Amino acid sequence: MRLSDIPAAALTERIAAGLGLQTGPFRFLVQSSEAGVARGLSQLYADFEVGPFDLHDFHVSIRRPAGLRRWIRPQVEFAMDGFSPFIPLPADHAFAQLEWGMNWCIAAHAHHYLMLHAAVLEKNGQAVILPGDPGAGKSTLTAALVLSGWRLLSDEITLIDRDDGQIVPLARPVSLKNASIDIIRSFSQAASIGETALDTHKGSVAHLRPMPDSVLRMDEKAQPRHIVFPRWKSQALLTRHPQDKASAFIHLASHAFNYNLLGPLAFRLTKNTLDTCTCQRIWYSQLDDALAFFSELVA
Amino acid sequence: MKLGCAELIHALTQPTSMASLSPTQWDLLLRQARAAGLLARLAALAQQEKNVDQLPKQAWHILEGDLTFAQQQATAARYELRLLDRTLKKLDTPVLLLKGGAYVALNHAASAGRFMTDIDILITKAHLQDAESALTAAGWMTHSKDAYDERYYRAWMHELPPMRHMSRHTLLDVHHNLLPETARIRTHPEQVLASAHRLPGYHCLYVPDHLDLILHSATHLVYEGEWGHGLRDLSDLYLLFAPHVHEAGFWQHLLARAHELNLQNPLHYVLVQLQTLFGLSVPVAVARPLPGRGVPYLMTPVIRLGVLSFHASCRTWLTPVAEFVLYVRSHWLRMPPHLLIPHLLYKAWKRRVSEKKSQD
Repeated sequence: MRLSDIPAAALTERIAAGLGLQTGPFRFLVQSSEAGVARGLSQLYADFEVGPFDLHDFHVSIRRPAGLRRWIRPQVEFAMDGFSPFIPLPADHAFAQLEWGMNWCIAAHAHHYLMLHAAVLEKNGQAVILPGDPGAGKSTLTAALVLSGWRLLSDEITLIDRDDGQIVPLARPVSLKNASIDIIRSFSQAASIGETALDTHKGSVAHLRPMPDSVLRMDEKAQPRHIVFPRWKSQALLTRHPQDKASAFIHLASHAFNYNLLGPLAFRLTKNTLDTCTCQRIWYSQLDDALAFFSELVA
Repeated sequence: MKLGCAELIHALTQPTSMASLSPTQWDLLLRQARAAGLLARLAALAQQEKNVDQLPKQAWHILEGDLTFAQQQATAARYELRLLDRTLKKLDTPVLLLKGGAYVALNHAASAGRFMTDIDILITKAHLQDAESALTAAGWMTHSKDAYDERYYRAWMHELPPMRHMSRHTLLDVHHNLLPETARIRTHPEQVLASAHRLPGYHCLYVPDHLDLILHSATHLVYEGEWGHGLRDLSDLYLLFAPHVHEAGFWQHLLARAHELNLQNPLHYVLVQLQTLFGLSVPVAVARPLPGRGVPYLMTPVIRLGVLSFHASCRTWLTPVAEFVLYVRSHWLRMPPHLLIPHLLYKAWKRRVSEKKSQD
């Protein structure tokens, strides 16, 4: 059963009682009475499979904390089975808080996988990993690729299965920040973007709905073939430069969520990934130039 | 009393039972084990029983993830032990590893899948200052919240303020006693040091004798007031007892040692819990009620509620009452009233100030 199969009138109630939601290999039980959460889930997770499931990886909730802040300048709080890793946020950030909370659940617990801090997309059976420093324009580029026929595997956490070294999709909504929200809105008519949370610690944040194809194929693993370090640079013509694998290794390892934790296993998985991948850097100012580069890459 | 976590405790004592759990039972078991810090322990037990293939894949991935975490901590702890040994050998005095550090060094069953947040060591009070200087020179810095906190540790406690390494951020607790200086019960750390065993391959690291390992673990559980880890600590104790319960003379030696160290009470409390919750076979004569007033009778249900306070599904309406009793008790045992009352007032005032700050 898909989330869109639940009648709109019943959805709020289902989420208030706890809704099972499958994203990649993880099953969440999401519980919230916040209208913003229901609106966000119904728009951005419409194609996702929903429960009831018997066994969940994470039980999460978005609730109003006790006390005055329930009523005056209301706040919401994310919790995983009663444990709150973050401070409460204004109530109109409820959906963004849920997205961060779900990311935290995965990043802090899913050590069956090596988790790289990178976006990852697939076309023609080839997965392309996009590690990016903050501000490099990784999310914007990811969103543009998603809207140009690429299969979204993940926009922030690249999961590498320790058993076979393959990339496991998450297919969660793409997080867009500040200027990139309007860039993507005008980039494609097909872009379905959720409500914008203003003045968060990351500025304005909104999420792009993943394409149905990515969601329906979320249990289809992908083979890593290319690593591209993208950087948006004002006025730049598309420039490509080979990246030596040693420094790519250092970058991947030092930005991974759990490299230290997996130790020798992380070393082997990172090395195997690099062995099967080409490695380069690109600079660009026009999304169309970058998209042409990526099409050519997997042709 | 109905037990909200019967499957979890059953899995800790009979790991093969995990193979026959339904997915719904797994869902609750995993939530409870995560809250109790026992996911990695269950994973280690399943591995020891070669039971992994019979578990649902989704459940195993969750267990395995935490086991990886715990194994990394154990690897890091072993490395820290080498560095501690090198740093402290010039003091020419035994450095006794306590709890997790000792289990890891001994490769004891109780170290399997055990989370460690810090390393605890014990040295004689006479060497405390030298140890602190040597550790500071090697990069471990004491961290107290303020001047009051600093004095609290230095004047009244059985340990230095927690030390954190500058670059590796590992935590170290340096004890000179098993219980606070101001505690109602006086124990004898010098006797624990005297019967400790030197660790092969190290210059100055020692581990407590197996009886003292048990008694210290019991004392820690009953006196330190970290009830969120209560079931984890009880599971440690179960694994510490398991190899010895049928050993000739074990129980007599344990009771005699508890008497020598003045730790009969914590031993009694822990044995009753192990017997009732974990089904440990304790000889009738050993689990006999403590002599004296009615308090020990009352403590048994209160401690049980404390041990089972880690997850909403195991809590009852009595749990908050028990938590309050245990909170007051842990302070009552820690300090005499003329120190305790000003201390609690100060803490309450500090809490108000910091709450006000976070609201503004």
